[in-house]
This record gives sequence, structure tokens and C-alpha cells, in this order.
Amino acid sequence: MAGAKNHDYHILDPDIWPLIGAFSGLIFTTGMVFFMHEMSGWPIILGLGIAGLIATFFGWFSKIVNEAQTGYHTPVVQLHMRYGMILFIASEVMFFVGWFWAFFDFALFPAPIEQDGDFWVNLVGQEGAAALAKFPPEGIHVLDAFDLPLLNTLILLCSGTTVTWAHHSLIHGDRDGLKKGLWLTVALGVLFTSIQAYEYMHAPFAFGTNTYGSAFYMATGFHGFHVLVGTIFLIVCLRRAYLGHFTPKQHFGFEAAAWYWHFVDVVWLFLFVAIYVWGGWGAEIH
Amino acid sequence: MATTADTFQAHAEDHHHDADHKPSFFARWFMSTNHKDIGTLYLIFAIIAGIVGGAFSGMMRMELAEPGIQYLHTFATWFGAENPSMDEALHTWNVLITAHGLIMVFFMVMPAIIGGFGNWFVPIMIGAPDMAFPRMNNISFWLTVAGFLSLLMSAFMPGGTGTGAGVGWTVYAPLSTSGSVGPAMDFAIFSLHLAGAGSILGATNFITTIFNMRAPGMTLHKMPLFVWSVLVTAFLLLLALPVLAAAITMLLTDRNFGTTFFDPSGGGDPVLYQHLFWFFGHPEVYIMILPGFGIVSQIIATFSRKPVFGYLGMAYAMVAIGVVGFIVWAHHMYTVGLDVNTKMYFTAATMVIAVPTGIKIFSWIATMWGGSIELKSPMVWAIGFIFLFTVGGVTGVYLSNGGIDNYVHDTYFVVAHFHYVLSLGAVTALFAGFYYWFPKMSGKMHSEVLAHLHFWVFFIGVNLIFFPQHFLGLQGMPRRYPDYPEAFAQWNEISSLGYEITVVSIAIWFVNIAYAFIAGKKAEGNYWGEGATTLEWTLSSPPPFHQFETLPVIEDKGHH
Repeated sequence: MAGAKNHDYHILDPDIWPLIGAFSGLIFTTGMVFFMHEMSGWPIILGLGIAGLIATFFGWFSKIVNEAQTGYHTPVVQLHMRYGMILFIASEVMFFVGWFWAFFDFALFPAPIEQDGDFWVNLVGQEGAAALAKFPPEGIHVLDAFDLPLLNTLILLCSGTTVTWAHHSLIHGDRDGLKKGLWLTVALGVLFTSIQAYEYMHAPFAFGTNTYGSAFYMATGFHGFHVLVGTIFLIVCLRRAYLGHFTPKQHFGFEAAAWYWHFVDVVWLFLFVAIYVWGGWGAEIH
Repeated sequence: MATTADTFQAHAEDHHHDADHKPSFFARWFMSTNHKDIGTLYLIFAIIAGIVGGAFSGMMRMELAEPGIQYLHTFATWFGAENPSMDEALHTWNVLITAHGLIMVFFMVMPAIIGGFGNWFVPIMIGAPDMAFPRMNNISFWLTVAGFLSLLMSAFMPGGTGTGAGVGWTVYAPLSTSGSVGPAMDFAIFSLHLAGAGSILGATNFITTIFNMRAPGMTLHKMPLFVWSVLVTAFLLLLALPVLAAAITMLLTDRNFGTTFFDPSGGGDPVLYQHLFWFFGHPEVYIMILPGFGIVSQIIATFSRKPVFGYLGMAYAMVAIGVVGFIVWAHHMYTVGLDVNTKMYFTAATMVIAVPTGIKIFSWIATMWGGSIELKSPMVWAIGFIFLFTVGGVTGVYLSNGGIDNYVHDTYFVVAHFHYVLSLGAVTALFAGFYYWFPKMSGKMHSEVLAHLHFWVFFIGVNLIFFPQHFLGLQGMPRRYPDYPEAFAQWNEISSLGYEITVVSIAIWFVNIAYAFIAGKKAEGNYWGEGATTLEWTLSSPPPFHQFETLPVIEDKGHH
């Protein structure tokens, strides 16, 4: 189209993926409702929705990679993507603000049983009320922050350095270093996720039943999901590194993955300090 | 705005042939990557959603026209209930108020004012050929449609007491958690997830476009105020919506997976939900009104044939409203048992917002002062906006006071207040923008006579609906109830009469649109004359499929 185009912006041809993506989202959420209410047919709907979403991500990002490789990503278009990624991460930060807000609400203001004692005693009994007056509630055994969580902190910090190693190698034209750095980063990401999964399986407190489990699992769980997404992002970059897509001058796909990875890293540091160390202070350790 | 309008016109027409090559029907409307087409889709969608949401308000005004329960049993059968009990009928009332609120906020005002006018005119006003991310622009739209469909599905699903989600647009726990078993509530929650995701992507798109695609010479301090308003709005969306996403995700896990975020039996706190919701919800009300401020600023300047008074003050007043809007949320929660000092803070912070808002009102008036005013239809709507929004703003200052709010909290006074700023403020700004830009978008002139008639009938109708609600509220009529004592009958009857008049005004609007397409004169590039100085007036009406294939250059003429 755009025959007389006389600027550096990227005018796109019509594309079917947004339509497919949005409706896959609707099918996915519908499938989730069916799943949560055990309505018949949920595996099909949910499966269809997830398949559609995966197809959309794959098809859409393949197009972007293709466009990058065929010269559509002029400097100004690359700048768009930088802005886009920064803003996306900003919105992600606010998403985690919501979860930290809930956590700090529970941790700083546990159930005020001295104020409305009767209410709490009627609701959960004398013992239950006494337990909820503390955070973590009495009887919760927390994970030792300086055991596996500290190891995970070191793993993520270490992965932050390996991804920087990969970046510097890329800038200096050292393709071998790029691949090594990325391999290590992906491996550390997978290691982190595995250790998290192990911790979840062996954690001494439940997902539901009280605020500690709720805030802990949802905040660390969403972080874990972001680690997973970041790892996939890095794996895509690794693949693209083998295909020779990145040049020392133009490699925003890699930079975006690295930014995202650092963001995930920083969220973990806050989780570690706030939930694992401070949030478990004084509670019995598993 | 200082532009090279005259020289640019020639360029635009030179490239008309290449730029006007349009894709086939399906590709054009279902796979669009064109900001104007996506803007049109948003506007059509918003009109459809507005009809649905407006029909719900009609059902509510029918029921409220006189005391007693008249129609709710019938309405309940429309959503699939057979021989509905009284509880089910009353549940249907809750479904109506929920659906009306959510539809009007998320699927009418936001898509129309940001998705529709924002998409159409932000790129053009800054001299850009399209949005920064044209493909993402399209998924923003379709996610909004997906969200709307999810909300509609919810209305026909079991919701516990009856069919549909009946919790109010604020979706407060525990009514939305243990109080609403059944899938209807989950469909409604996911509807917000979907629409919210679309809005976050759209916000990213607008911010990137405005920061990165301004034409040479279009500095931030030369941007039209509508662009400023969308920029501030986009930041509010970007930073507020994710917090809502977290809050409603907590609702989902509380409902379905046993967490206790809002359940006291596990130490949780329903008030936490209100904090999280209103941390989003207060910026949200500015999200709905700020683009309206922008539209009104353009129109007042155009039809006063003067640059807007105090341009920089106007721009930074919106920034100030946006920033302060993030730290006033608990004024929606004065009756939950907040500490007195907390109430004092939120009262003071909320009143501060009256300052930048006042700057805007007075600057609009100062713009008109001494101008050569032409009372064309957009101008009449814009002046109507100033009046109606000021009424709503004044009651806002009143309600910002925690002491007073204790007496009128959750009464019809509050309903009157927020409808004055939204359905009379934001919607009037929407109609102002519509008449301002409709010929630009369609290429056809509407009838000025019908547009004026539309305004006056609408103005009378909406004031009849909502002004009496101030009295009802002060007399103590609570909101969200389908029935009331005899004492409130008179004002309720008048309010319902106002609704009928408003419906007539909307019919006039549709007639006007039909008239424009059937018999409307062809619109020139700049049909409002020399007062209209922003870049969209340098283009043909409608603009070429891809405008600004050669970027316009904005000269520095030393004034805004």
C-alpha cells in the first residue's frame, strides 16, 4: 500500500492475528469459567482458548521478527518498541503493586480483634481469632528465607549478570559469548522455576484458608509465571541468536527480553525482602 | 496551533490516489491496521453498547417511575427465569444496575472518547500517518468487543439468587464473592480483564504515538489540548488498570480457589477490595472526563476564533488532575470506618482537585470572552458541557467533605452528582465532539437544525432525569433500590419523564446521522472556517486512507 510513503514510520498491512487473539482470549476466559464451575466441555473450550492464544503469540511475533529482518524496523520504529516495552513493564509493576498492597495490608494490619472482639470470636472462635491477630497467623510455619529462597535470589541475581554478559558479547560482535550467556541465563531461569515448584510442593501452609497462604502464593505465583514468560522470551532470543538475527547495532528483541528479565529479577528482590524475610520474621520456621 | 495548513493541503491532494487504496471489506474492518478505521469501529461499537446500556437505564426508570415492584418479574423472564420469585426479580434489579454501569463506563464512554475520537484525531493532530502500533491498536478494539460479549453472556448465566451478576459496577466483596455463586459473576469479572487488557495496550499505543510521532516542529507545548488530554488519560489507564486487574483476580481466586483476600474468616478484609478498586476507580472517572475536557477546549477555541486562554495552564491543569487523581481514592469510602485523620487527608486532597478543574472552567470562559463566538452545534454542546459539568463539579466539592458525605453516602445525591459529570458531562462532550468531527470523519454535513434540536431536547431531558435526584438524595432515598416509599414518588416520576425526553433526543440524533448520509452536503476540508486551526482541518473530509505521507512541518509562530 502506501506507495508515496515519504517517512520512516511502519504502515502495516491488514492482519488477522488481533481478531484471532482477542477471541481466543474470550474463549480462554469462558473455558476458565466452565472449568471453575465444573461445567461440561470445559477442557475443550479451555484447550481451544489456550491453543488460540499460543498460536496468536507465535504468529504475531513471527511477523514482527520477519518485519525486523526485512528492514521495516527503522530507527524510529525501534524507538516505538522501546517506549512500548518500557510502558508495558510500567503497567506490570502496577499489577504487582496490587499484590504487594494486599500483602502489606494483611501484614501491617492483621485482624483487629481487640477492637471488635465479638465479631471475630463469633466468626472463627476464640482460638481462631487469637491466631488471626498476628501475621503470619498463629500456627503457620513459614519457609526459611535463608534456605532455598536465598539460593533462588542468588540464582536470579546471577542470571542478571549472565544476560548482561550475553548483551555485551552481542554488542562487541562475540556471537559465541552471546549464545553462552543466553544458554546460562535460560538454564538459571529453569533452575529457579524448578526450585520454586519444589518449594510449593513442600510448603507447610496451604494455598487457601488464610491471608498468608493467599498473599504468598498469589504474589510469588504471579512472579513465577512472569519468570516462565521471561524464560520463553529468552529461549526465543537464543533461537534467533542461532539464526543470526541480531547485529551489534540492531537487536531490540534481545534487549526487550533482557529488560523484562531484570524486571522479573527486581520483583523477586522485593518479594524476597518483603514476604520471605520480613513477612516471616518471628514466625515458626518449617 | 501554528501550522503550514495552506501549503500542506496541496500535498495531501497530490498523493490522494496512492493513499486512498483501501483493502477489501473483510480485511478493512476485521483485520484493520488503520487508525481511522479502528476509530470508526470503536465509535460504532460504542453506539451499540450505548443503546444496550441505555435500554438498561430505561428498564430502571420504568421500574422507578412509581412506588412498588411493577416490571422486575417480567424483566427477570427476559434473562431466562421462569416464574421468577420476588428474590429473583429483585436480583434482576441488581443485574440491571451492574450491567448499566459497566457497559456505560467500559463499553460506551471509554471506547467512544478514547478509542473512537482518540484513534481518529490524535495521530492527525500531531501530524502522524497512523498510530505507533497499528496491529496492537486493532487487538485493543477486539478485546473490548470480547469483554462486552463476556458481560452479555454473564447476564444469561446463573448468578446465585437469579440470572446474571448483580453486584453494582464496583463489584464489591463479599457480595461478589460468597454472595454471588454461579458463573455469571466470573463472566463479568473476566469481561473486565479482557476490556482492561485492551485498554492497557491502547494506553501504551497512545503514549508511544504522542511521544514519538509528533511531526517536525510539533513540540509538546504546541500539541492541541485534545492530544494532551489523551496523553494524561493514557497514563492513568496504564497505571490504574493493572491494580484493578490484581483486585478482580483476587475476587476470582477468593470465589473459586479458596483464597481469603476479602474473607475475614481467613483474616482477609473486604475493605481491602474497596481500596484496590478505588485506587483504580478514581483515576477511572478522570479517564472518562479528561478527553472530554480536551474536546471542549478544541471546540471553544474554534468557535471563539481565539487560541485557548492559558494554553499551558490548561495542559498542566490536566496533568495535575491526573496526578492528584491517584491519591484521593478513599473519598469513595468515607463510611467504611476510616480513621478521622485519614478522612481529613482525603477530604483535603480531594478538594485540591477543584483548583485545576476551576482553572479549566475559567479558562474556557476566558477563551470565549471577547471572542467572535459562533453558536454552531458543537459550540452549543460545549457550552452545555461547561454548565452541566460545573453542576456536577460543585456537588463533587460538596461530597468530597467526609462529614457531609456521611449523610448522603449511597443516596441519590451521589447518583445525581456522578451522572452530572459523566452522563451529562462526558456524554455531552462526546456529542460535542461528534458534531465537531462527524463531517470530517464521514465527509457529509449533518443538519445544524437537528443538531441544535438534539441539544435542547437532550439538555431538558437529562436535567429532568438527574436534577430531581439531588432532592431525592437529600431527602434520604438510597441508591440501588428498586422500590421506595410514597414520599419519593413525585421526583421519581419526573425523573422517569426526563428519560423519555432523552430517548427522543437520541432519536433526533439518529435521524440526523441518517439525514447526513442520505441528503447531507459534501463536507469541505475545513468546514468550520478560520477558527479551526488544528491539523485535521488541513486534510480533506474524509481524510485520505493514509494521511501525511509527507509529514507536515509546524512553523513556530510564537504563540500557542
